[in-house]
Amino acid sequence: MGEAWERLQLASARVPFRLKVALVWVGIFGALAFVGNAAQFDTQWIRENLRYIVGGVRYTMTIAVGGILVAIVMALLGALARTSRNPVAYGVSGFYVSFFRGTPLIVQLFLLYLALPPVGRNLQAEYAWLPEGFDELLLMDIATAGVVGLGLNYGAYMTEIFRSGIQSVAGGQGEAADALGMTYAQKMRKVVLPQAFRVVIPPTGNEFIAMMKDTALVSFLGVTVASAEVFRRAQLVGKADFKNLEAYIAAALVYWGLTIVFTFLQARLEKRIGRGYDRAHVAAAMLAANEQGRPRGGGGLT
Amino acid sequence: MAGDVVVRIEGLHKSFGHLEVVKGVDMAVRRGEVVVIFGRSGSGKSTVLRCVNFIEDPTAGTIEVAGIRLGGGHRTRRKREQIRQLRLKVGMVFQQFNLFPNMTVLDNITTAPRCAGVSSADCTKRAMDLLDRVGLADKAKEHPIRLSGGQQQRVAIARALAMEPDVMLFDEPTSALDPELTGEVLSVMKTLSTEMHMTMMVVTHEMGFAREVADRMAFFHEGRILEEGTPQQLIESPARPETRAFLDAVL
Repeated sequence: MGEAWERLQLASARVPFRLKVALVWVGIFGALAFVGNAAQFDTQWIRENLRYIVGGVRYTMTIAVGGILVAIVMALLGALARTSRNPVAYGVSGFYVSFFRGTPLIVQLFLLYLALPPVGRNLQAEYAWLPEGFDELLLMDIATAGVVGLGLNYGAYMTEIFRSGIQSVAGGQGEAADALGMTYAQKMRKVVLPQAFRVVIPPTGNEFIAMMKDTALVSFLGVTVASAEVFRRAQLVGKADFKNLEAYIAAALVYWGLTIVFTFLQARLEKRIGRGYDRAHVAAAMLAANEQGRPRGGGGLT
Repeated sequence: MAGDVVVRIEGLHKSFGHLEVVKGVDMAVRRGEVVVIFGRSGSGKSTVLRCVNFIEDPTAGTIEVAGIRLGGGHRTRRKREQIRQLRLKVGMVFQQFNLFPNMTVLDNITTAPRCAGVSSADCTKRAMDLLDRVGLADKAKEHPIRLSGGQQQRVAIARALAMEPDVMLFDEPTSALDPELTGEVLSVMKTLSTEMHMTMMVVTHEMGFAREVADRMAFFHEGRILEEGTPQQLIESPARPETRAFLDAVL
């Protein structure tokens, strides 16, 4: 026994590690296929409905792209405020980050979509001086509420990323700009922000991928069949045909595929921006930022 | 050498929290004069230099540069603008160079003058002249990361000169360099004095440079100027035992 085991280990050592890992993956898929087959997984149904579910990708992506744009703007403003010595800017951004990091995303989405409209209506009724149509400002459709909600929530997390990005270059670089007599705005625009952006692109990519998956939460706000995103569509057709397993597996595969594609694109982008550029001096600061607690379920790939 | 006073430091104190690093420094630097400041690390020499252009805020005392006289304290909008006006008259060269890695060498030099309102063409012409002067005209389109430490520091000198300052501050300009690269930086600094008659305050331990270029030296000890004089006096026959002990250690 002992000797045979020894020989097996030696033989195994000659097989490349990557090949063995690939075999493990094949094994997992094989096992899943076996279980799926036994559970009478209906591949025919998937083939018939996949097209409809995948059709939701354009709404998923619209919400995610819109959301990340809002988040980037919020994070930039938040980070500038967090690094400034203006008490109003510092206080407001502190409140913003604390609230949106301290409450669940799903609660924020419902607040925006369902709780704000009555506020607008009541204020309009109470104060005659408010301009006509003020109440409609706070009345958002589901997609808009999703974009704003995801943007505000992720913006709060990304404020910390952007802040550490700014602080990682602001030291010596900021002193050099100061010593040259640049104004605060000139220093930020020409020296600090261009370098900070380089540093925050990789973590921002992670946030985008995480947000893409969190768009599924938007579907809880209600049903708009015409513009339903991936998860909503899977839910609709799955419920109708009693094919929950197939429907949610299909949805999961769509998100998974998107994640793999964007992770790949992000890696390429990172390589490009890293070229011929020494980021060693900021690596430490970013590491510290990433270690700050991320107590969120839908986290990125980091 | 006797000209008008360009930099006047009066009663300068600087504390970081409870730690008082500078404990009352007075100093006047005349136009065209080269003053070498030396002393042990922690003696307050770099802090004094950094207070001159308000990179550090003085706890007490005043700084006067080319007729602008300011003290420390809260930075109101008006105060910030006064500090900026003062900084436009002061060039600074850092130990770690602090070139902008996101810009070419040329842009490193032209950005600040352009921010100050000099026309783009004038900036470029001035920058190329200065690069020529520091012997790096062929590197104008490179990024700083591609340059050696000595070359980066020479670009940093050109960058500071492009603002046409009244005084140049050097904060240990050769301390971060490999020994074989210090010579090129020191020789550029020497030509600033001999050819451009630039007023300079230099924190350095390069006693060879001090002997050759400095008009005056100041030995810092525990936040004060302990001894001041010509290089001849201070290097050859220091009066204080602390100065002698320090020189024995570095020479």
